[in-house]
Amino acid sequence: MDAILFLIFAAIAVVCGINMVVQKHPISSALSLVGVMAALAALYLLLGGEFIAAAQLVVYSGAIMVLFIFVIMLLNAGAEPKSVLKPMGKYLGAPLLVVFFGIMSFVVQNMTPSSDNVVFGSFKGAGPREIGTSLFTVYLLPFEVTSVLILIAILGAIVLARKEID
Amino acid sequence: MNYFILALIKTGIVVGVFMHVLAYLQWIERKVIAHVQLRVGPRRVGPHGLLQPLADVIKLITKEDMIPSHVNKVFYYLAPFVAVLFALISISVIPFGPEIEVFGIRTNMSLADPGIGVLFILGISGMGVYGVALAGWASNNKYSLMGGLRSSAQMISYELPMALAIAAPLLILNTLSLREIGEKQGGFVLGVIPNWTIFSGGQIVSFFLFMVAAFAETNRVPFDLPEAENELVAGFHTEYSSMKFASFFMAEYANMVTVSAMATLLFLGGWHPIFPVEYGANFIPTLIHWGGAAILFYHAAQPARPFDKYTYPVFGVIFLGIGGVFLIPFLQPILMPLFWFCAKVLTILFVFIWVRATLPRFRYDQLMSFAWTFMFPVALVNLFVTALVVALS
Repeated sequence: MDAILFLIFAAIAVVCGINMVVQKHPISSALSLVGVMAALAALYLLLGGEFIAAAQLVVYSGAIMVLFIFVIMLLNAGAEPKSVLKPMGKYLGAPLLVVFFGIMSFVVQNMTPSSDNVVFGSFKGAGPREIGTSLFTVYLLPFEVTSVLILIAILGAIVLARKEID
Repeated sequence: MNYFILALIKTGIVVGVFMHVLAYLQWIERKVIAHVQLRVGPRRVGPHGLLQPLADVIKLITKEDMIPSHVNKVFYYLAPFVAVLFALISISVIPFGPEIEVFGIRTNMSLADPGIGVLFILGISGMGVYGVALAGWASNNKYSLMGGLRSSAQMISYELPMALAIAAPLLILNTLSLREIGEKQGGFVLGVIPNWTIFSGGQIVSFFLFMVAAFAETNRVPFDLPEAENELVAGFHTEYSSMKFASFFMAEYANMVTVSAMATLLFLGGWHPIFPVEYGANFIPTLIHWGGAAILFYHAAQPARPFDKYTYPVFGVIFLGIGGVFLIPFLQPILMPLFWFCAKVLTILFVFIWVRATLPRFRYDQLMSFAWTFMFPVALVNLFVTALVVALS
């Protein structure tokens, strides 16, 4: 059952990912990205990372992608014209991509040899309580630095967005 | 029993009841608004218009399904599905009562109980924005687009105070599972005050913030800017007809039920009675139904309309019967939590309808400045005060 669900959501994630690149219209691409995010959330849930799944759903497929789509709608961006590929890209692109991914997976496999198989739902210690505790003890400094960074980003956005005062 | 068969049965029951509630919520809304405005409301189809939802459904199914030219077909079809899907999913994690025993099988009165129930509902309701935004954009209509954009902006803005308002009682309850949230609010302080967060936790401010944000999230009056008739025709669903229009309607009512259930669970103690069972809380449902029956018999004796002297006694007898069912001892462990949960949810739904009948609409800039300059700071201060109290106690 877990394996079937994993295959379904993995397939959704991969298909949506390819669709995001292939689609010409920005809205279609953005919605495909939402599909990827949601499928990833389901995969996290399958592995047992409940909180991470919820955060993925709330933050990525909820807040961030809604803003993406909001901006695309406000700018009223239309479909992109199809760019003409050079013959080299046309015939060598796909084989080179396959070779690249082959080398990548080989290197990763060699760097971190997987000793045992992943078991569905075995991922423990990632509940809201554990994450909260580690955020405010072990990772306190990175956490605070990140919030300061976000504050700076917000201030920068406001400075850039406000009208010039004469 | 097999887990899957049990889950299937429970899902069947919940879906069946939920669909009927959604259909009849519209009848209740029309009746309540009519009586607020000194009209009688629907009363042609069936006794007192009780078959009106059925007639509406048949009308909507058999209506011509118009597709305007130059719409983006894929997203035009996708939008109602998205809207209704994410509106209906949330009910799957709402617990309606404690663990019960039916025919020797112990089961929870909910479909699922993830450890992150609150976050799940927040995430799913955040996804609901896509339905509205897509519908507005794909319709190729300036009114629809305006409605869709307004609605997305409104829902994004009010999600913040809503999440902050939810966080305050969660600090007190110390869990994210909706079942545990319900269970922790059982019992009484000093023997009479119910241990709900709104009373014993003092979360009145959070409750009001949550309710105001809920009105905005569900696009209800006074925050129904996305479908302001006098400015935008009908907002994001202007170009939708037939069942697609009905899907948006259903999504709105489903969202209303979800936020009402959330308010009940987080603030109003879920399925726990308002005063102890020792003082006779188990007789309240019987008393309410028999009181209703008495009122019906009284009005049947002096009918205002010719048919009333036949219909009112029939409804009176039905009410007497329902009141009697609540007295059967072996049904009480199941029916009592269910009654208190439904009573609280229906009360909040009634407030939704009541507000719609009485309040005018906000202006759009008022709506936005209200969210960011009033709701957000108040919710932040409320959260800090709650955190301080929790930390000190």
